[in-house]
Amino acid sequence: MSVTAIDTWARPRQRQGALARLFDWKPFLVFICLLPAVGLLLVFLTYPLGLGIWLSFTDTTIGRAGQWVGLENFQYLFEEPIFWNAVFYSVFYTAVATVGKFGLGLWLALLLNNHLPFKSILRAIVLLPWIVPTVLSAIAFWFIYDTQFSIISYLLVEVLHVRETNINFLGEPWNARWSLIAANIWRGIPFVAISLLAGLQTISPSLYEAALLDGASPGQRFRYITFPMLLPILAIVMTFSIIFTFTDFQLVYAITRGGPVNSTQIMATLAFQRGIPGGQLGEGAAIAVSMIPFLVFATLFSYFALARRKWQQGESND
Amino acid sequence: MNNLTRRMALGLAGSTIAAAAMQGGEAWAQAAPAIPTSPATMPRLPIEANAELRLIRPSRFVPPDEVIFRESLAKFTQATGVKVTADFVGWEDIGSQTAVTANTGAGPDIVVGFGQSPHIYADKVIELTDIAEYLGTKYGGWMFLGEKYGKKNGTNNWIGLPMGGSTGPIVYRKSAVTEAGFSEVPQDHAGFLNLMKAMKRINKPGGFALGNAVGDGNGTANWLLWSHGGRMVDEEGKVAINSPEALASLNYMKELYPTFVDGTLSWLDPSNNRAFLAQQVFLTPNGVSLYFAAKNDPATQAIALDIEHAPMPRGVAASTPQSATILNAMVFKHTRFPNAAKALLAFMMESDQYDRWLTGCLGYWSHPLKAYSSSAVWTSDPKIAVYKEGMNHRFWSGYSGPISQAAGTVESEYIMVQMYSSVASGQATPQEAIRNAERRIRRYYR
Repeated sequence: MSVTAIDTWARPRQRQGALARLFDWKPFLVFICLLPAVGLLLVFLTYPLGLGIWLSFTDTTIGRAGQWVGLENFQYLFEEPIFWNAVFYSVFYTAVATVGKFGLGLWLALLLNNHLPFKSILRAIVLLPWIVPTVLSAIAFWFIYDTQFSIISYLLVEVLHVRETNINFLGEPWNARWSLIAANIWRGIPFVAISLLAGLQTISPSLYEAALLDGASPGQRFRYITFPMLLPILAIVMTFSIIFTFTDFQLVYAITRGGPVNSTQIMATLAFQRGIPGGQLGEGAAIAVSMIPFLVFATLFSYFALARRKWQQGESND
Repeated sequence: MNNLTRRMALGLAGSTIAAAAMQGGEAWAQAAPAIPTSPATMPRLPIEANAELRLIRPSRFVPPDEVIFRESLAKFTQATGVKVTADFVGWEDIGSQTAVTANTGAGPDIVVGFGQSPHIYADKVIELTDIAEYLGTKYGGWMFLGEKYGKKNGTNNWIGLPMGGSTGPIVYRKSAVTEAGFSEVPQDHAGFLNLMKAMKRINKPGGFALGNAVGDGNGTANWLLWSHGGRMVDEEGKVAINSPEALASLNYMKELYPTFVDGTLSWLDPSNNRAFLAQQVFLTPNGVSLYFAAKNDPATQAIALDIEHAPMPRGVAASTPQSATILNAMVFKHTRFPNAAKALLAFMMESDQYDRWLTGCLGYWSHPLKAYSSSAVWTSDPKIAVYKEGMNHRFWSGYSGPISQAAGTVESEYIMVQMYSSVASGQATPQEAIRNAERRIRRYYR
């Protein structure tokens, strides 16, 4: 890059120089380095999302390209009781299951945070429900909840004699709704527990020692040390958990297919039901697109509410 | 080996397949009983050089279905040198795979799909009129549903080749019905309701699937509607569900539902089979697979001996109000070997292959060609006689409109099932349920 060199080797140097200068030019270099990542995002995220949104404004069916119909799909859905039922149950399912998962998950995390014998093995076992493929656990639950062959009914009727008849777990709307929520909580606890356990272990023991010296009770230690220190990770885990639960598909589809009479239909299963077996791709896409506002809201809530410094540190307005 | 047979086959001008069928036929001549045939000339279909075929069809419910089907394909390869690759696809996936094949113009040459598919993709499949007419002439004509699903609506052009149909009549335990005080399953609504009530009383209840089950759930709904003289759409495909007949069927449902075993609202397709074999349910509509499973398992021999079949109660319908799940073969235009594909389909329907398949499956896929009514399978076990007329039912999915995609969508959306289950569960009054179903059906029939 010396000045004399340019004079002597004018032609070859200039050619190389152009390329080298191009690569030395920062905006270009940034662009080139980002290209693989941007390409992946465009192909695997933006395109499917864009296609989904486009489809929701058309009357595409499987086997026939659709025409632009504007908001017709949404207008039809907004008048349809089945859709509103799915919206209701999606929100209800997410809310109840999230509360359950966090209550039990936090409890489990606190227990596992103590010094127990066989600590690592216990933690591995706790992860099991999360490791098992969802469809397998769903099929297991399908049997547990079967009207004729349920193990729970068997225990209650044949062994403990506290009931006369089998419980109709999946045949009654509310029974089916609660049964699915229980299955979802069972599956979701390990994720919450292990994530919160990781959070618990980052809390410095010196804080607890200081609190002990000050004579804080276990309840006070939890309220003023554990909980505030855990809030940032709680916000992240909760965001993920809400998104996973709201978009859950396999459990519901494998256990009830949305029945009885659509009472356990959630938006994800309804979108699939309409789009693939029903062949109405446009309508299915419209249902899927209707999930976006809920997910955006849940994410914003978690980030802006739970992750606020004031909340985390327990301060009042400054 | 293949080359030799192909050269031989090609050398025989004109009746390549007839020769092939004869070659294959000799080996089975003793085993196969005589199926009456009339003289017919196999259309001239010179097989293309180096032909290779790919075929997909729905997976089996009874094991011999796949074994014998594959053996027949192998015989075709042996006779003609055409290599055939067959894939067995899950029942729920075959529809979307057919759609992808039709839209992309790639994939299997032959799809043995379900009823409506050739009608949905009518402009993407080749006409099969020549082989269908040949088979019809040779084997005593096509049965009602064979013709209905084979011919393009309102024409004499065959676009599909129905290979069989699976029906779900009443499967019941003789002992339970006798104990309830009946000698047979009554064919009228009131009598059938009395039987169901009596069976519930002796704690040996029946049950019909009312969950989101593609086969069994829709079977229940169709039977209720048709046996009351109702129909979903009229001949032109205009929605006709809002009728006094449909209302009567919903009111009947309200009375019938309390006699069912618990949990029918959550039943998926396998549920009634399981409950029946576990002696929790003593009367349910199903294909022959239930009897087949009981008969072939030493543990359930006693149940198999006690099983009887009866047609679905007719009610006010002129004939048994039931349809069949049709196995309908189609050849896509994108195939490079249309003659080989047609030859293969005809070959599979010839008595040497077809009768073995029919017999091996114990009549699981009822035959679409009249001559096969004299197949030994129908006399081998008197209990399965009711399946013999499976393809002769006078009803079809989307009755009484044209066979269309909309009819298929209504079924896979469980609109009719949910009309009945919402009334059964008390979520809607019959009037509300009808209005709701009408609104949903209208959207797909617009």
